[in-house]
Amino acid sequence: MIHFVLLISRQGKVRLTKWYSPYSQKERSKVIRELSSEILSRGPKLCNFVEWRGFKVVYKRYASLYFCICNDQDDNELETLSIIHHYVETLDRYFGSVCELDLIFNFHKAYFILDEILLAGEMQETSKRTTLRLIAAQEELLEAAKEEASSLSSIIAQATK
Amino acid sequence: MEQLKTIGRELAMGSQGGFGQSKEFLDLVKSIGEARSKAEEDRIVLREIETLKRRLLEPDIPKRKMKEYIIRLLYVEMLGHDASFGYIHAVKMTHDDALPLKRTGYLAVTLFLSDDHDLIILIVNTIQKDLRSDNYLVVCAALNAVCKLINDETIPAVLPQVVELLGHSKEAVRKKAVMALHRFYQKSPGAVSHLVSNFRKRLCDNDPGVMGASLCPLFDLVTIDAKSYKDLVSSFVSILKQVAERRLPKSYDYHQMPAPFIQVKLLKILALLGSGDKQASESMYTVLGDIIRKSDSSTNIGNAVLYECICCVASIHPNPKLLESAADVIAKFLKSDSHNLKYMGIDALGRLIKLSPQIAEQHQLAVIDCLEDPDDTLKRKTFELLYKMTKSSNVEVIVDRMVDYMISISDDHYKTYIASRCVELAEQFAPSNHWFIQTMNKVFEHAGDLVNIKVAHNLMRLIAEGFGEDDDATDSQLRSSAVESYLRIIGEPKLPSMFLQVICWVLGEYGTADGKHSASYISGKLCDIAEAYSNDETVKVFTKIQLFANKAGKFKAYAISALMKIYAFEVAAGRKVDMLPECQSFIEELLASHSTDLQQRAYELQAVVGLDAQAVQAILPRDTRCEEIEVDKDLSFLNGYVDQAIEKGAQPYIAEDERNGMGNVSNLRSQDQHESIQHGLRFEAYELPKPPMQSKVDPVSSTDVVPVPEALSYRETHPISSVGSTSEAGSSELKLRLDGVQKKWGRPTYSTPTSSTTNSPSEKPANGASHVDSATASYSKSRDSQNTKKTEIDPEKQKLAASLFGGSSQPERRSSTGHKASRSSGGAADGSRGSKAVEKTIQQPPPPDLLDFSDEPTVTSALPSVDPFKQLEGLLDSSMSSTTNHNAGTATIAPDIMSLYGDSTASQDSLDIFHGLSTEPTGATSGETTVTTLPQSVKGPNAKDALEKDALVRQMGVNPTSQNPNLFRDLLG
Repeated sequence: MIHFVLLISRQGKVRLTKWYSPYSQKERSKVIRELSSEILSRGPKLCNFVEWRGFKVVYKRYASLYFCICNDQDDNELETLSIIHHYVETLDRYFGSVCELDLIFNFHKAYFILDEILLAGEMQETSKRTTLRLIAAQEELLEAAKEEASSLSSIIAQATK
Repeated sequence: MEQLKTIGRELAMGSQGGFGQSKEFLDLVKSIGEARSKAEEDRIVLREIETLKRRLLEPDIPKRKMKEYIIRLLYVEMLGHDASFGYIHAVKMTHDDALPLKRTGYLAVTLFLSDDHDLIILIVNTIQKDLRSDNYLVVCAALNAVCKLINDETIPAVLPQVVELLGHSKEAVRKKAVMALHRFYQKSPGAVSHLVSNFRKRLCDNDPGVMGASLCPLFDLVTIDAKSYKDLVSSFVSILKQVAERRLPKSYDYHQMPAPFIQVKLLKILALLGSGDKQASESMYTVLGDIIRKSDSSTNIGNAVLYECICCVASIHPNPKLLESAADVIAKFLKSDSHNLKYMGIDALGRLIKLSPQIAEQHQLAVIDCLEDPDDTLKRKTFELLYKMTKSSNVEVIVDRMVDYMISISDDHYKTYIASRCVELAEQFAPSNHWFIQTMNKVFEHAGDLVNIKVAHNLMRLIAEGFGEDDDATDSQLRSSAVESYLRIIGEPKLPSMFLQVICWVLGEYGTADGKHSASYISGKLCDIAEAYSNDETVKVFTKIQLFANKAGKFKAYAISALMKIYAFEVAAGRKVDMLPECQSFIEELLASHSTDLQQRAYELQAVVGLDAQAVQAILPRDTRCEEIEVDKDLSFLNGYVDQAIEKGAQPYIAEDERNGMGNVSNLRSQDQHESIQHGLRFEAYELPKPPMQSKVDPVSSTDVVPVPEALSYRETHPISSVGSTSEAGSSELKLRLDGVQKKWGRPTYSTPTSSTTNSPSEKPANGASHVDSATASYSKSRDSQNTKKTEIDPEKQKLAASLFGGSSQPERRSSTGHKASRSSGGAADGSRGSKAVEKTIQQPPPPDLLDFSDEPTVTSALPSVDPFKQLEGLLDSSMSSTTNHNAGTATIAPDIMSLYGDSTASQDSLDIFHGLSTEPTGATSGETTVTTLPQSVKGPNAKDALEKDALVRQMGVNPTSQNPNLFRDLLG
């Protein structure tokens, strides 16, 4: 089971955190501090796994962003690595060649996408297309709602003229 | 119409920027991005918190504004600050009817709240309502929240609806309902145990996504109880077969693999189901073989599936053909340049080694490379493997390595772990007592208080009991060697308290036993310890008075108990006790101690010293630590007394359970009275220590026929057998009560080293099989030579391999003792090993790296020479140097490229972070690949996107490049 997902920039700035196991705010900061110092200091040729407090943290670097997933000792690390990659690919398809800026300014969207891939610490959907379709459905509704609001306001504006 | 729509959209977006947020928010993100220190970031966030607090208090906030505030709260919380003042607004937002707002509200509460938060109760109602919604997207949002927020108390509130949703027409809803039910099962298995059959049903769902999701709960269920799911083996196998044959929709493919995530889950389940079940295993062989053959070992996910196959093969009933192909895969992993694959290979080796021990020998050099790798993760994994393959012939080398590593790290968690591993191995396979004690000393010295207290007890017990043989000479030799080593260690500063306890006890018991050291010498040493550690602690008393006062007291108590024993032995031996002045003052100090325990010990010591030899001998007999103390649980020695009392008209004893039943039948009054008296007395009886035997008779007589609790009887009978003061007897009892501890260490055949060379060839290198051959000596010799010859890597490695795997540096011995019947003669093994080594070094040259061509040809050209070992040596060296060169190369080239692109500002700030993916599917995206692939990505279509994005950002007034080069330049890697 996945316990948490972290996105940290190379300077140790937090870009996204998602906790599937209960951690208090204090523990969270401690975890982030500990892990970012450990992971950021690792060389590029070393393996992408870190054993940490009886758990395993799998991380991967994309440009200046580190994607980290913490899971149980007996989980398949290569699979976790692929889950990270799958998430990044989905983000890429959604944003259209994703960059760190997308994630910085649209972190809530990154959360929505993550929620469609991982749920309750397990992988719920392994098809990119299905995930993206669901996200699109949600956003269409969002757009529709906005249109409705604007058309309403214009109607009101016309009526009060 | 279309045009109107776009205009409408633009209007709707109104003041918002292209990213959908207001300028204010963009400014916040920007300034956080520009913050150069954590302190500056904190200041900005605190200011933002103030702003948000103020804004949220304003009346009639428009909903869209509110949504943005919530997102800003999320941002604040994500950066590690407390945004709890705004939680209630997020909760309110979940009540909203509009989906976008509701969705944001749910996102916020799932990120803000834990499942035991007080506000949850306010959300449950909304969730219930939303689960009933007609809009499946609303239901999905609610189910997402259910997974995170519902705790075991609130499960019943939503459970019926979630179960109903398992049959929803939309697959997305069914999938999430499965996950939610799984979460419920994890949180409170009892609440949903009657519903687990639903997971079986969902396994047959039309939608592969739902089927895949149902594998998660099924995996958990099978883990707990594999038996009840044996009927599903054929279903799982056929699903796996269909997946492997690409029957699932194309969209589930991942890097040309058919639904690999589902394959991995299925393999995990099959591994559990097939474990120890021959019939079930046989039905899996074909599909496993197919998958191993088909899996693409050039991608990460392909290797993940392969690894999972190995785990499955190792877990189910063994099949030689599959084991063989698993071994091939492992060989591929270990020979790979990627550390990730090496890591997986080592792990897989550990799984397979139980089934086919010879497989480790094929990879001995690879294993040793991993052990000496600078990568800690890999190293630890290798220790894990070594732990699994430890036997008596290689325990010394392995434990020595482990201890060395343990000393070198500072991570307490892992230190504890590896210390316990060392202890376990040492206890199980120790070739000699002396070695065991030395190893334990090292572990205690460096891991100190991280070690389990049981280990200390075991060590003391070993020293007290010896090897369980009636060989007093060896035992006393062992003891004096322990005493010697402790006297040496004692001078070192800052010994951990548990170790000090052991030292004090051993010195007290055996310090003067062999007559080498005088009582005054030992007692002087003990006083030194007490002195050193009490002073040391008193300095810190200001910080944690209670804790350290106790700690200092503990040291003093250890020391004074030891002193008492030493003096008692002196007195018993008829020698005159002349106390050193420092001991005198130490005892005097304790006589006036605030701690009653210390005071009592000091007084007892004084009393004991004043007694005559015979009395002392009776109180503290020498060397009786391991004699069994017989406990008369029935208190039979009181029988006469009881009979007497009954004759005199006392009530006979009635057992407690009988008494309870009888209470209301007869003698109501007298029983009640009795009970009340008993209770009152029982509480007293625990508290008071009653050292002399005589005084103990009194309370017994006064309670008449009181049922004495067992624990009490144990304590009370104890002084009768050992006739000592309670505190002393009590403390020794504490140390020696190891009856429940299984005795692991030590092998019956030890101490007859000459016989060991006659080990029969049939002996297998299994655990506990005794090989105390003289090889031990040569092993240690080989270790010594390792230390001295540090420059020569190759022979060292060979020796290490030899000592770990019983390898070829001592081929004659091996063939004569027949350690490994499975291997052929030493010479042949030698040769094969040599060739293997060469083969390995051929694999060894650095990865095909664009930056480094210079050294590779020389490495390969050096190959055709004569002596395989010479060759190996040379190869290793040159390959080493080439790797270092190559590293240096990257290091120098990387900044160059950085500076090259440092000028082109436009591409800098928003380079596609994804460019590494297409070119590097194996996932070994290291620093230099990012750098090298960079030019393409700049030129490619992605750059255009990036430029557009940059322009957009600039339009919005966010201008990261010029103001904040640091943050964005790093995108270059």
